[in-house]
Amino acid sequence: MVSFTPTELDALSLSLLVALWSISMSLPLGIGAAWLLSRKSFPGKSIVDGLIHLPLVVPPVVVGYLLLILLGTQGPIGGFLKDTFGITLIFTWKGAAVASAVMAFPLMVRAIRLSFDSVDRGLEEAAATLGASPTRVFLTITLPLILPGVIVGMILAFARSLGEFGATITFVSNIPGETQTLPLALFTQTQTPGGDASAIRLLVISVALALFALIISEIISRRVARHIAGAGSKS
Amino acid sequence: MLTVQIDKKLGDFHLSADFAVRGASITTIFGKSGAGKTSLINAIAGLSRPDTGAIHLGEIPLFDQERGLCLRPHERQIGYVFQDDRLFPHLTVRKNLLYGATPLRGQPTEIKFADVLDLLGIRPLLGRKPNALSGGEKQLVAIGRALLSNPRLLLMDEPLASLDFQRREDILPFIEKIRDEFGVTIIYVSHAIEEVIRLSDEMIILSNGKVAAQGPVDEIMSRLDLHPLTGRFDAGAVISTKFASYDPVYDLGELNFPGGQIQVAGLNMEKGTPLRAHIRARDVSLMTAEPKGSSVLNVFKGRISDVREEDGPQLDLSIDIGVPLIARVTRKSYDNLGLRVGSEVHAMIKAVAIDRRSVGGIKGRGR
Repeated sequence: MVSFTPTELDALSLSLLVALWSISMSLPLGIGAAWLLSRKSFPGKSIVDGLIHLPLVVPPVVVGYLLLILLGTQGPIGGFLKDTFGITLIFTWKGAAVASAVMAFPLMVRAIRLSFDSVDRGLEEAAATLGASPTRVFLTITLPLILPGVIVGMILAFARSLGEFGATITFVSNIPGETQTLPLALFTQTQTPGGDASAIRLLVISVALALFALIISEIISRRVARHIAGAGSKS
Repeated sequence: MLTVQIDKKLGDFHLSADFAVRGASITTIFGKSGAGKTSLINAIAGLSRPDTGAIHLGEIPLFDQERGLCLRPHERQIGYVFQDDRLFPHLTVRKNLLYGATPLRGQPTEIKFADVLDLLGIRPLLGRKPNALSGGEKQLVAIGRALLSNPRLLLMDEPLASLDFQRREDILPFIEKIRDEFGVTIIYVSHAIEEVIRLSDEMIILSNGKVAAQGPVDEIMSRLDLHPLTGRFDAGAVISTKFASYDPVYDLGELNFPGGQIQVAGLNMEKGTPLRAHIRARDVSLMTAEPKGSSVLNVFKGRISDVREEDGPQLDLSIDIGVPLIARVTRKSYDNLGLRVGSEVHAMIKAVAIDRRSVGGIKGRGR
């Protein structure tokens, strides 16, 4: 039986915690942003589109530093959060989740947006002629039909979160047990003399976790696809 | 009762419609592809907004540009059967059917789930998903789904266009039954004249975004000037008749009409059933003398009342045999026989040229 060292266990559970929080926080926003970009046209749409995709093209360190400026305790948003809700993001695992969410956001939005684009608008029109309000149409027709895209978006975001390094280390530093996720722990071991054995163990854990997540996602996607396509055979 | 008076510009295309539709009847909107049929009923359903005008369903205004009023599709209580079935792929047939059947839309004549299942014969399909259905079954479910939303008006946009001939024949009687059993007002869009004659009480011809003619089907079909719009190949008179008798020895049905009797191959119905017979102009031939020794069963004596002059080798003639009958002859025969308006002729119609396809029920008329 494989046994983990306390450092490994911390890093593993922290990585999962950060990744899960990151995707659950960004999911509603991601669906909203994808809907906006897919269905609406408004002035400044390309600017919004560009801003959402920014983390994909700028170096992660830049994003991390930007978060530090905005969300630090002295920053415009960070100060407000601290004074009003007593929430501190900097140097905490919550901050790590925010950094992951921002980095993963464009991937999630892209995937969901594509599935919004592929939904047959005719089905939504048909639902409306059957008396369904726009909210009901969205909840009962659109949302179930974009579900495969939502799942893909969540998986991409989850994977991106597990691998997040640059923005995290810049924004919330590398504190064992608080912000030291798997990649950060691995980085620390590679910088430590004689840390090779631990580094390899962390490497194996990272790969195993990634494979596990992929297999789970594959199973869920298949199930959803089968649900939408219908179980019956073609006649 | 629906009144429509709208204008809408779509690029170069200009839709301009002004008409009224009676309740509990089938009105067809007939026109070639690109005539604006779908644009027109999308405006009625609220899927697109006209530039100007007004649409009223009974007393309720659905759209009124001057008052700045435009109800959204889900507020209109108008059912819509699309050309493609548009069934929700993630829901079973049962859930599709019940999607619009909310008790909130209570109508005096509420359409019941069981009745619709029985009428359309779709009970065995309830547990399936749409992709496990055939094309015809999908359309039946789409029709049932629209009916179950208890619409005040049912729009059908070429619901049978994607089906083969046999499936069309299977589904057409269901549409007649919907009108007769549920008393739903139906607007049926089609570019197939046979469907129009078979189903509708009134027809509206749409051409280039404008209403070219509106009226009872037999009246419209008898107008020679509309032949370019109703289609040259299938053009011909539509005669209102009653089923008189059936001859089992020769498998011939006899229909009564104000000008006499027509014999029709392979038709047997209840005596007195009102029927509309479509007699294509190309199936009618003319003789100046009384025909003798002819195989043709239906011969009617009448006078030429109108001639439609056209370029080309043929002419359409309107012949008064008690009702207007239309015959298509070559210009050569017309000249050789010395025909002109007022000439007395014998019109011959082969019984085999009229079959079940050319005959439609008119039960809904006059209600």
